Amino acid sequence: MVSTISAPAATGSTRQREPKRKRHSPYPLWFYIPGGIIFIVLFAIPTFASFYFSLTRWTLFDTEFIGLENFKTFLSEPALRGSLINTFIYGFLTSAAKVVLGLLLGLLLTSQIVARGYLRSVVFFPVLVSTIGIGITFKILMDPFDGMINNFLATFGITGPAWLTDPSLALYSIALVDVWKGVGIATLIYIAGLVGIPQEYYEAARVDGASKLQNFWHITIPLVMPATATVILLSLIGGLRSFELIWAMTGGGPGFSSDVVSSMIYKQYQAGFYGLSTAGNVILFLIVAVIVVPINIILGRRERRQQQ
Amino acid sequence: MKRERIRGWIIGVLAILASVIVFLVPFAFIFLTAAKSGPEAADFQFSLPTTWQLWDNIKEVLTVRQFVVLRAFINSTQLTIFSVGIMVVLSAMIGYVLQRRRSRLNPLVNFLILAGLIIPPAVVPTIWVLQEIGLFKQMVGMILVNVAFGIPFCVLLFRAFVSSIPRELDEAAVVDGASPLRLFFSVILPLLKPVVITVIVVQAVAVFNDFTGPLYFLPGNENVTVQLTLYNFQGQMLSQWHLLFTNILLITIPPLVMYIFFNRQIVAGMTSGAVKG
Repeated sequence: MVSTISAPAATGSTRQREPKRKRHSPYPLWFYIPGGIIFIVLFAIPTFASFYFSLTRWTLFDTEFIGLENFKTFLSEPALRGSLINTFIYGFLTSAAKVVLGLLLGLLLTSQIVARGYLRSVVFFPVLVSTIGIGITFKILMDPFDGMINNFLATFGITGPAWLTDPSLALYSIALVDVWKGVGIATLIYIAGLVGIPQEYYEAARVDGASKLQNFWHITIPLVMPATATVILLSLIGGLRSFELIWAMTGGGPGFSSDVVSSMIYKQYQAGFYGLSTAGNVILFLIVAVIVVPINIILGRRERRQQQ
Repeated sequence: MKRERIRGWIIGVLAILASVIVFLVPFAFIFLTAAKSGPEAADFQFSLPTTWQLWDNIKEVLTVRQFVVLRAFINSTQLTIFSVGIMVVLSAMIGYVLQRRRSRLNPLVNFLILAGLIIPPAVVPTIWVLQEIGLFKQMVGMILVNVAFGIPFCVLLFRAFVSSIPRELDEAAVVDGASPLRLFFSVILPLLKPVVITVIVVQAVAVFNDFTGPLYFLPGNENVTVQLTLYNFQGQMLSQWHLLFTNILLITIPPLVMYIFFNRQIVAGMTSGAVKG
């Protein structure tokens, strides 16, 4: 009895030892486990669960499967559909503005001007400041009557618009502040990209008698493309899911004129429509994935080509 | 050459002027309003305060409503330290093995990292999970959520940096009989110091400034964080603009200090992570 038990155990241990020596890597795979568990439990599982919950009427007490009803609501109810459109406007507008301004500022801050270091610091600093704090501050600055911006414009005889209280303008005013706060990252990425362009190209172009504009279009723009792709990618990921700035400045108002999907997710959550809120999350996920993944693949392919 | 230098001066001066108006005036406005008395602050004028009472405002904002802001600062500090500490160690472990070892798991891990960077977190299901494991409205739960959301970005930075450490070092340590844990914690981790600092600084600012996370996962007065006090002030103290702006000023100071001391690391983290992302 004893021998029959111990015998297989012994062979088992030798069998284990054999491949173990081969597998005995100094880089144990269990290093993945602690971080992996936290990530899977609190990110991956909720993400998968969201697909199910988005198909339910979900209250505090129970869930009831209702198929695609939530998605239909999202596409048919004007306020919700508006938030969807606003998400696109906001995402693409801020992204485009950051590309253009980031490139211009990057060019300025890599050229031979005085106080470059100071300018770089100042442009970048808002990135690090609390979004809520910035939002509240600009809400005051953009006040149509007492606000500093309109007071400033009034000294030039310009009547400033009702930045945040005009329903047709509110979203764009918030986008403006978003660009103000976020252009620093775009600028930094462009500076890194511009510095990496070999000077030989410009010298060769000068020998050929190229103008400054030609240099810009035919050398700078194509060679700074990876930076552009990165800026687009980052600002789209950030812009499409933007919530804090909008919430601090208008809370989605006036009416629902500056609501985006993320603010609707919060509003539906507050109202107790958990299923609808989660459907909003799934929609946001799909929007971001459909837009960002192709760009990311193109960017990755280009990077790999450069490495070869 | 001389003409170019003059042009550089002119453009530089113009740029400085523009930067002052566009970027510095809003911060000056925060500072000046924080130093004013209540009624004066409510005028929203860009002017020097008639009487400077910044210090009194700071004391008042910290003590108002049973020290809520002070408690929020303690909570936010706690949240930041623990979130970032755990994030750094766990991400470094993942990034290190991911770079060093070719395993069949790697494509999956890489995919999850990419997913974590792109997918917006599903909020209500996350609350549901937190409730199921009993960590909803708990500081621990919020810390773990921050870790989960922060790991993908940190792993990217660590993986990139580990590739610059020669493998011969690992081999030498293994020959000397170091266990995998020792190899990592006493040989590799000290060499990762530059990127560890970058990750700490970037993530500390992100966690400290985070509003959405605590809004969803850490509601309630007990564990309130600084960003939430700011938001709550807006509603509850409509007449006390000077306190609101004093609060904004206080909340801006930690990132500013970080920026002054770790300028280079922040810039490195923001751009290197971005390019890989």
